[in-house]
Amino acid sequence: MTITNIAVCGIGGQGVMTATEILAEAALSLGFDVKKTEVAGMSQRGGVVTSHLRFGPQVLSPQIVPGEADLLVGFEAAEALRWSHMLKPGGVALVNQGRFVPPVVTIGLYDYPADPIAEMRALGVEVSDFDASALALQLGNIRLGNTVMLGAMSDRLPFPADVLRNAVLARFGVRKPALVDLNRQAFELGRAAVARMGAAA
Amino acid sequence: MGAALPEPAPSRLFLSGNDAVALAVRDAGCRVAAAYPGTPSTEILEVLARYPDLYTEWSINEKVSLEVALGASMVGARAFCAMKHVGLNVAADALMTMTVTGTEGGLVIAVADDVGMSSSQNEQDSRFWARFAHLPLFEPADAQESYDMTRAAFALSERFCCPAILRLTTRICHVKGRVIAGERETHEPGGFVKDPQRWVMVPGNAKPRVARMHEREEALRAASTESAFNVLLPGEDRRIGFVVSGPAFMHVREAFPAAPVFKLGQSYPLPLERVRELAAGVDQLLVVEETEALVENELRAAGIACSGKDTLPRVGELSPDVLRPAVARLLGEPVPAKAHLAPQQVFPRPPTMCVACPHLGIYYTLAQLRNITISGDIGCYTLGAGQPWNALDTCISMGASMGVALGMDKGRGEADAKKSVVAVIGDSTFMHMGMQGLLDITWNRGNVTVLLLDNRAVGMTGGQDNPGTGRDIHGETVPRIDFAKLCEALGVNKERIHVLDPYQLPVLFKTLREETKVREPSVIITNRPCVLIDDYQPAQPYKVIADQCTGCGNCLDVGCPAIHVTRRAKEVKPSGKEVELAFTRIETSACTGCGLCVQPCAPEAIVHAAPEHPVKFLHAKI
Ligand code: SF4
Ligand code: SF4
Repeated sequence: MTITNIAVCGIGGQGVMTATEILAEAALSLGFDVKKTEVAGMSQRGGVVTSHLRFGPQVLSPQIVPGEADLLVGFEAAEALRWSHMLKPGGVALVNQGRFVPPVVTIGLYDYPADPIAEMRALGVEVSDFDASALALQLGNIRLGNTVMLGAMSDRLPFPADVLRNAVLARFGVRKPALVDLNRQAFELGRAAVARMGAAA
Repeated sequence: MGAALPEPAPSRLFLSGNDAVALAVRDAGCRVAAAYPGTPSTEILEVLARYPDLYTEWSINEKVSLEVALGASMVGARAFCAMKHVGLNVAADALMTMTVTGTEGGLVIAVADDVGMSSSQNEQDSRFWARFAHLPLFEPADAQESYDMTRAAFALSERFCCPAILRLTTRICHVKGRVIAGERETHEPGGFVKDPQRWVMVPGNAKPRVARMHEREEALRAASTESAFNVLLPGEDRRIGFVVSGPAFMHVREAFPAAPVFKLGQSYPLPLERVRELAAGVDQLLVVEETEALVENELRAAGIACSGKDTLPRVGELSPDVLRPAVARLLGEPVPAKAHLAPQQVFPRPPTMCVACPHLGIYYTLAQLRNITISGDIGCYTLGAGQPWNALDTCISMGASMGVALGMDKGRGEADAKKSVVAVIGDSTFMHMGMQGLLDITWNRGNVTVLLLDNRAVGMTGGQDNPGTGRDIHGETVPRIDFAKLCEALGVNKERIHVLDPYQLPVLFKTLREETKVREPSVIITNRPCVLIDDYQPAQPYKVIADQCTGCGNCLDVGCPAIHVTRRAKEVKPSGKEVELAFTRIETSACTGCGLCVQPCAPEAIVHAAPEHPVKFLHAKI
């Protein structure tokens, strides 16, 4: 019984939960059993958000056991470092280089890690990183960052990228048709960003 | 407009436990549903409110919501109410009598325990209430069971004429899974049947009904013994047999697929004899339950040997990675290794108040005042206890700021003689349980300054409406409570009631300083909306002119998350004193132009910025 475990992390307001929801829709459309859960304390208030997605023939527990995630998607660099231990040996992390510095760091109580992504690599994690926030702003709205991240992970899933793309477009097509095109572009920007990295490696 | 969406195939429903409960309530033909918002139960009523053919309301507190449901049940309608664990404490007074009167139309109470305390002031196991009130208890383990058990709970409630309790946990409420829904049914209320011996609980009428309640409990035990939700799942590995209540089942099945499991779904009254059968066929029995040892204690009292909280944690959530090592220890096996990477030490990221939150200025001001004790309450503004304000001294339960403040005033000794007592409460919390406390303050001539932070929303749970917003659960316009008049009616002297703009720091400061000196109750009401609701209008953002910033860091004390430090430095003053400098910038795309940080900036380094993008677009919800 093979189950795919995807952990998505970031901070409240970044669209972590929406992105996981879209991933879940894609898995559901293929007939998988799917469970999705959040680990979030007061997420609307800038706190830590992690979202777990598990799919396969039958899923029991909704929680991914630390050390068993196939894929870690980090919407924020320091959060990706925080949740690195979710990954299984050989698991892959996709990380937004964008940083969201919280007030406790701003007022000088704690330090933001100098280079969280380098720290992840030092732990032996395979990381693909790019600036998803900048790509989203290039399209005019930072909120498109979650679609950029979905594009970036689309070739790392046990199903074709088209299934995920359709789930993204279906989601925004229902709510606001005008957003379909923006999201399509965001998705492709994310895809291209990791493809370039693959080519460079 | 696009064409209407086709109904999804039943198995394609992907619902959270809360969604599934709501759908089941609708499908069971329920007519009346009421709740006070509370994480993690809030969404149940939000979903129900979207169905046109049943009555829904936000009640002012959980006790009222339960009374509304009871009234509907009395006239024969199916009725429902939802609350979080602490809400059932509030509703308990009504609950303990309605278990005696019993109910007519099926009545289901969903109570959501915040196991692990992601957003609550305590952790409590609401399964105690079912035992205390002698009521049947259902414990779903996922969204599908949430749907199925809600419907079964209505049927059982009607069969035994008593309320049924559905115990959810955060991990049920907010976990999504596939759900297959059933046929929708309708229930026509039979009408109210006058029967004072049943519905009027004076002692003479109550006494015979208490005896009937105990008889009912025995009948409920028989029903639970036969319930399809209480099932023995066989397994070949007979070293440990598990007795599992609620969501822990999924973790047990995942971690130990070969072990026999008695799964409790309709878990009170306990089907003891069936558990005894399992115990006879295994080497050891382990009870897995979140959070207290209720089932374990009942089994032990019945002479069934078992392990439980001696092996598993009593606090917080269970999960496969908690269960595996605990069971290995019980079996005397090597404890399985943890994840191959250790958790990394990264700075904490506690929740903060939003950019431009109207509470920022209040806490900024409170933090400047000396010699005050601040009694706080439940809501977003509880975050004032955190950095950079550190301006809350207590937080107990809904509305407790009032009584606690009065007690501090009356109980003070010499050490506190010169201090002023301030109580901080939100609009919705005030109506939930604060009004009575303020009445007590005026009646008993307490010397308390009350800050009533009216942000026109139940902010913490996502901006729901309340009688102070002038809108009901459907967004329809209703009479809007005037807090100044309400406080006056509760006995506060009219001269001591002020309505202020929380973004006007000097006015706020002056008023607070004056009112804390006055030796009678005062109320300061603030009047700006929560930034997350539609009433909030963002204005032109600000920026910091870098070469005018002196690095004093005053703007950081406001606590707005849009303000960032660009550089830190140390400076030695002519007096020889070393001061820390922090030069700042404002994240223009996040700033909503509330103007708060402009006020403490002495060199006037903070000025309007030309927006890089139209403000409306940046703050648009997509
Ligand atoms: S004006 Fe200042 S306090 Fe107000 S939102 Fe902008 S940065 Fe925050
Ligand atoms: S208050 Fe003004 S001078 Fe002081 S740090 Fe902030 S921007 Fe700079």
